[in-house]
Amino acid sequence: MDKFTCLRAIAAPLPMNNIDTDMIIPQHHLTTIKRTGLGIHAFSSIRYHDDGTEREDFVLNKPACRSAEILITGANFGCGSSREHAPWALKDFGIKCIIAPSFADIFYGNCFKNAILPIILPQKTIDLLLDDADSGANAIITVDLEQQQITGPDGGVVSFEVDPYRRHCLLNGLDDIDLTLEKQDIIRDYEAARRLTQPWLFKD
Amino acid sequence: MRTTLYDKLWHSHIVEQQSDGTCLIYIDRHIIHEVTSPQAFEGLRLAGRALAHAGSMLAVPDHNVPTGADRATAVNAADSQLQLDTLAENCQAFGVDYIPMLDPRQGIVHIVGPEQGFTLPGMTIVCGDSHTSTHGAFGALAFGIGTSEVEHVMATRTLVLKRQKNMRIEVSGALGAGVTAKDIALAVIGKIGTAGGSGHVIEFTGSAVRALTMEGRMTLCNMSIEAGARSGLIAPDQVTFDYVMGRPQSPKGAAFEQAVAYWKTLISDEGAHYDKEIFLKAEDIIPQVTWGTSPEHVLPITGVVPAADGDARIARALDYIGLTPGTKLQDIAIDRVFIGSCTNGRIEDIRAAVAVVRGRKVNKNVVAWVVPGSGLVKLQAEEEGLDQILIRAGFDWREPGCSMCLAMNADKLEPGERCAATSNRNFEGRQGKGGRTHLMSPAMAAAAAITGHITDVREL
Ligand code: SF4
Repeated sequence: MDKFTCLRAIAAPLPMNNIDTDMIIPQHHLTTIKRTGLGIHAFSSIRYHDDGTEREDFVLNKPACRSAEILITGANFGCGSSREHAPWALKDFGIKCIIAPSFADIFYGNCFKNAILPIILPQKTIDLLLDDADSGANAIITVDLEQQQITGPDGGVVSFEVDPYRRHCLLNGLDDIDLTLEKQDIIRDYEAARRLTQPWLFKD
Repeated sequence: MRTTLYDKLWHSHIVEQQSDGTCLIYIDRHIIHEVTSPQAFEGLRLAGRALAHAGSMLAVPDHNVPTGADRATAVNAADSQLQLDTLAENCQAFGVDYIPMLDPRQGIVHIVGPEQGFTLPGMTIVCGDSHTSTHGAFGALAFGIGTSEVEHVMATRTLVLKRQKNMRIEVSGALGAGVTAKDIALAVIGKIGTAGGSGHVIEFTGSAVRALTMEGRMTLCNMSIEAGARSGLIAPDQVTFDYVMGRPQSPKGAAFEQAVAYWKTLISDEGAHYDKEIFLKAEDIIPQVTWGTSPEHVLPITGVVPAADGDARIARALDYIGLTPGTKLQDIAIDRVFIGSCTNGRIEDIRAAVAVVRGRKVNKNVVAWVVPGSGLVKLQAEEEGLDQILIRAGFDWREPGCSMCLAMNADKLEPGERCAATSNRNFEGRQGKGGRTHLMSPAMAAAAAITGHITDVREL
């Protein structure tokens, strides 16, 4: 997996609450058997007109934000379907970090699996970051996972919390399947005990 | 210590606990479908990893399958067909139990699992689909996962998880006539919002919940995810055991007795601690209908479309849904009716619709569909003659699948079309680009089909 250590990038403001995964990647783009190539369809229902041309009013179409790698957005981001196509689409577009007051649980977990860092901050702090992102033509902010700090365009610093295990995996680009496979023995022991206490669960 | 049902399920599945509280959790059952599994199989192949335990898995295509009578020969979009073929090939290559599209047992994953006895109390159950919460109705810890986690379960039979918080929603009393589990689910979401259960597992308790059939309990747990909770739970009881008994994959004879003895211990202790508690009275709940583009945009049928009052999200919802504030919900005319989905595609739902439709005709301005949740639901309904009543009334009686719940296939609304739907999400574009969805119970959707507008089924 890709590492995430420190990111200095443009932050795009998308101040909407409850952005659902249908909005991040509409269902008619889910008929793929690959993880890549979805970036062009990210946010398609609000990013393009019906004829396929870009909507000027959508933030990621604005010249200043076209190469944004950070999204600053509203509460309950990623609610709805469990589709990992949502973080795949964002990643393929180039987004590496999402900052919001809250995330839907499944989406939040899916981000870490794709080297996207989701950061939860209080609404007040988000409002300040949104102001920064709105005002500066190129609101460059720095997200340092090592230090767990965000530095705004004016040098202001905000700290954030992140689960230590997930932080460790991101910083080192670790695939958690490999980590779990190192524990095969204890998984086997657990399963053997379970076969004795709840034999009806096992068909073979 | 007094523990909740969730705590018991969680603790009994811990393989290893790390010092920061993260746990390696054992997964008993894994259901897969065509949309969220191909990349996981591909991941296994690329990394040269084996499938840990094919015997704990069940595969069935549902999201993409055509639902017309000609499904065997219907030409699918090439990419949809590729997903269906890929599922079949992967299952064959890895030895996973696979129910093909033309098998009578085929249907929506969350309907097929319980029907087959694949879903049992006390288990952990996962699927790359957020409505896996449905299976919590059996007192199983069931939740949706992303494709990377699907791959993790395939490779290790475990997941790395953090414990969630406990939330209890008690619904006491008795539901009135014409009020159903769907109305409880929508009323709960109206009360706590779509993020209200975030970070929590919701246990539904109370006399109104106990009185629900397994079908109703599944409807309720199904929509926990719309309340922000990855899992819903209902403690198993005699209703559960009766449903499970005799299913193809459920334990038989002495094994069943042994299982039931264990399942009876799966209840929250008296006085167990919940981080959040919500209380509703069944008598206060009347039929519910959504007016906007989020399940929390919901009101009792007697309500009127609200004003935005400066709230940009509501203004946007009103604009998308094409309604004027102050409009009575009952005055909203509809074009389509969709009865089906993993929320309301079970036999009881079809019976409820038929009870309303019997002896009546679908309004001439409405195109109305019933899509059974599985082939077995369809067969059962046909045995009871329900299909004939629906067809005579003017309904289209279709083959099982997700169909117009998410419009991944040919089944979708046209832009601007308005639909009374028994599914679970009314997001923008969910049922087709520009389509407008009003969520409600099967009885309410059937009533709307008859009158051509949203209707209080209690008055029909
Ligand atoms: S019926 Fe709808 S909600 Fe249920 S699994 Fe299918 S698409 Fe998802």
